[in-house]
Amino acid sequence: MAKGLIGKKLGMTQIFQENGTAIPVTVLKAGPNVVVQKKTREKDGYDALQLGFEDKKEHRTNKPEKGHFKRAGVSPKKHLAEFRDFPEDLNEGDEITVDLFAEGEKVDITGISKGKGFAGTVKRYNFGRGPMSHGSHNHRAPGSIGGVDAARVFKGQKLPGRMGNERVTIQNLEVIRVDKEKHTILVKGSVPGPINGIVYIKEAVKA
Amino acid sequence: MNDIIKDIEKSQMKDNIPDFRPGDTVRLMVKIIEGGKERLQAFEGVVIKRQGSGIRETFTVRKISHGVGVERTFPVHSPKLAEIKIIRRGDVNRARLYYLRQRRGKAARIKEKRESREI
Repeated sequence: MAKGLIGKKLGMTQIFQENGTAIPVTVLKAGPNVVVQKKTREKDGYDALQLGFEDKKEHRTNKPEKGHFKRAGVSPKKHLAEFRDFPEDLNEGDEITVDLFAEGEKVDITGISKGKGFAGTVKRYNFGRGPMSHGSHNHRAPGSIGGVDAARVFKGQKLPGRMGNERVTIQNLEVIRVDKEKHTILVKGSVPGPINGIVYIKEAVKA
Repeated sequence: MNDIIKDIEKSQMKDNIPDFRPGDTVRLMVKIIEGGKERLQAFEGVVIKRQGSGIRETFTVRKISHGVGVERTFPVHSPKLAEIKIIRRGDVNRARLYYLRQRRGKAARIKEKRESREI
């Protein structure tokens, strides 16, 4: 049981509720997705639906891909993703829209977070920093990284390095609004990734 | 900004907001829910700032209540504001009137704006 959609982050805004409180929302373009391949337990060892999102040009599609899309009878798609154990019984070529989700439902959203480059420990692991004045030369240094008796640095020691640009899932975001005409879905709070980044909207695991 | 987001914001924006500026004295009718009943409460004071744009725009009103300065910040398009009424136009030289916080009584007065007469 894991229904899902491929979508795109459009940006953030706020929505006023009836009692006057403003809630922050992320606007996502979700779907329409089409079923490109249906995987079954007998043939593939597990049940899943492969969904496609956003058309791409014919000449940007290579021959093996063309065959894959032709078999399902759909136009070539830019983004493909598999969703295991999809609750609804759909066949190849079927279209899935935002009405898969209802207002008030909880969803998990996965995206690729914004890259932060080579980041120090203060930004990367929320380390504290040293005093900025009074003769201190220790401003943003990581501090001690181990004892002298170990004579080595332990694996997993938090040190500076590449931050961001990784797959991140935010759990239990509330669906505030679903617009079937514009294929948009509004969720409460922020979502990983840049504007126009691809996100996967799934039903919440821990709802 | 994306057109879809613009539409979402536009649908929530009020179109009857008067053109008020920092320095103006305004009377706000604030909706208050008390014991299951809704009533309006007035809040009258000087606008000391407007900030942000679109649906996120807010403004701050300062008044002296029983000798104590009170400042309240509202979203311009808040559904809790029933009415924004301009009582008096002020003539000020800045966009942020934080200097009023250090002044009281006569020193905290704001000149009234003299509108140019149409000929």
